[in-house]
Amino acid sequence: MKTLKSVGYVVALPLLLVLLWWASTRGEPNFFVPTPSALMEVFGPTWFEGRITADVLPSVGRLLAGLAIAISLGIVVGLLVGLNRTLRALTEPVFEFFRALPPPVLVPVLLLLVGINDGMKVAVIVVGCIWPVLLNTIEGVRSIDPVQNETTRSYGISGLNRIRYQVLPSAAPVIMAGIRQSLSIGLILMVISEMFGSSSGLGFTIVQFQRSFAIPEMWSGILVLGLIGLALSMIFQWCERRVLRWYHGLKEVENAA
Amino acid sequence: MSTEVLKPGRAAQPRAARTGARRPVPKWVLGLAGVIGFLLIWELVPAVGLVEPRFLPPASEVIMALIRDFGLTAFWVAVGHTLMAWGIGLAAAVVAAGILGLVIGMSPFLRRFTNSTIEFLRPVPSVALIPVAVLLFGTKIESSLMLIIYACFWQVLIQVLYGVADVDNVATQTAQSYGFSKLQRIRHVVFPTVLPYLMTGIRLAASVALILAITAELIIGSPGLGDEIAMAQSGGAVSGMYALVLATGLLGVAINIVMRQAEQRLLSWHPSVRGEVVL
Repeated sequence: MKTLKSVGYVVALPLLLVLLWWASTRGEPNFFVPTPSALMEVFGPTWFEGRITADVLPSVGRLLAGLAIAISLGIVVGLLVGLNRTLRALTEPVFEFFRALPPPVLVPVLLLLVGINDGMKVAVIVVGCIWPVLLNTIEGVRSIDPVQNETTRSYGISGLNRIRYQVLPSAAPVIMAGIRQSLSIGLILMVISEMFGSSSGLGFTIVQFQRSFAIPEMWSGILVLGLIGLALSMIFQWCERRVLRWYHGLKEVENAA
Repeated sequence: MSTEVLKPGRAAQPRAARTGARRPVPKWVLGLAGVIGFLLIWELVPAVGLVEPRFLPPASEVIMALIRDFGLTAFWVAVGHTLMAWGIGLAAAVVAAGILGLVIGMSPFLRRFTNSTIEFLRPVPSVALIPVAVLLFGTKIESSLMLIIYACFWQVLIQVLYGVADVDNVATQTAQSYGFSKLQRIRHVVFPTVLPYLMTGIRLAASVALILAITAELIIGSPGLGDEIAMAQSGGAVSGMYALVLATGLLGVAINIVMRQAEQRLLSWHPSVRGEVVL
């Protein structure tokens, strides 16, 4: 009974919404909104007959490559800058500017510098996603408890060991928040770099459907994008739970007290 | 007890003695040095020939182009268009998400009932809606608004829900035993707790709104700075394009500063702000 109830809570509203959609598209055929059945009909043929390997997987591959580079670079540079007071003050205004710069404007710039190719699309994602990770790493390193720093020093833990066992774990919750931000920016940039002067990829395909007024196909593309976003967010949450298990446990203890 | 006998370690000495006569360089001087250093590098990269000046004009040229832009009406009109889409979209999203967040957050049933839908819709990237916006509104400002409102709505809603969940149980029970009405409870118990969360949500949404305003202009061609950038790019006006990119960044910085100031002002009474050492 209990599981039934919780399943009910999960599926009730989505079912209601689908019903509403079905009911609202039943009478008058609306040009812009396909019926649920029409969308389901085109979904398979549109994506599973070649497009998934030609457009979707390369897009996702570029996104993951860009994110991996941005996250590792962001953490490494963030550690270097965060642990050095002078360097931090020196770079702060420049970094602030780049954080505030809306990432999509980098697409035309990199188009000039790199040209239209896979390198450009990955570069856009790296240059756009690195800032939240970098700045959050700096912030996380800066806000480490000073007592902990002193303790580490008096035990003679220094260099890589200190980074591995003290700095990274303390900064992890803040770094994770930065990575979460960069995931959604990365997905946006993946789509935009393909919409803006490109001839393949998921973003390009969706725009093609729109231009040729293949409305159900267009919506099915939007659905694919949504599913990718959902998958990314689920994978991230799973990773975050593993990485921050000790932290959430600590919070529970503190809140219970 | 004299220090000669004790021979204290470095840490035991007062700071001033450690740094000797060298006064630490103030932070803003270092920051300024960083900016100048960055501009120098940018100036030198095309001059030395690492990148062709055709693709990356030197900093001096771009800054001159930006100063020229500041004198043009068309530039300020574009800034106005971008800011209008930003402001209207942000305001609409904040009002809708704020009210809905309060309603959903205060009812345990609604919280559970809507959870799956919210979690499902939140990661859907708003740029996925670009084709729909084009079909419905073309290059009008409504296209920008649709993307901005969709993206900002989730940002704010999630924060408000966190905030309502954070309301102190004892405070709620106290308010109940004093016979507060629903509205009074919202006004005196829930709202003060939610406000810092709401402000965080608004601050995040403000930068997201700018990103999507520029995106809509760049891709769809709604009027504004992004559209100007796309035109400069396709017209081969390279230093003009870099000047506009610089202007967009400065706009982003300005929005961040204003938002942070507003947060400080509104929440000056709140422990999270009061307790912060202003660095």
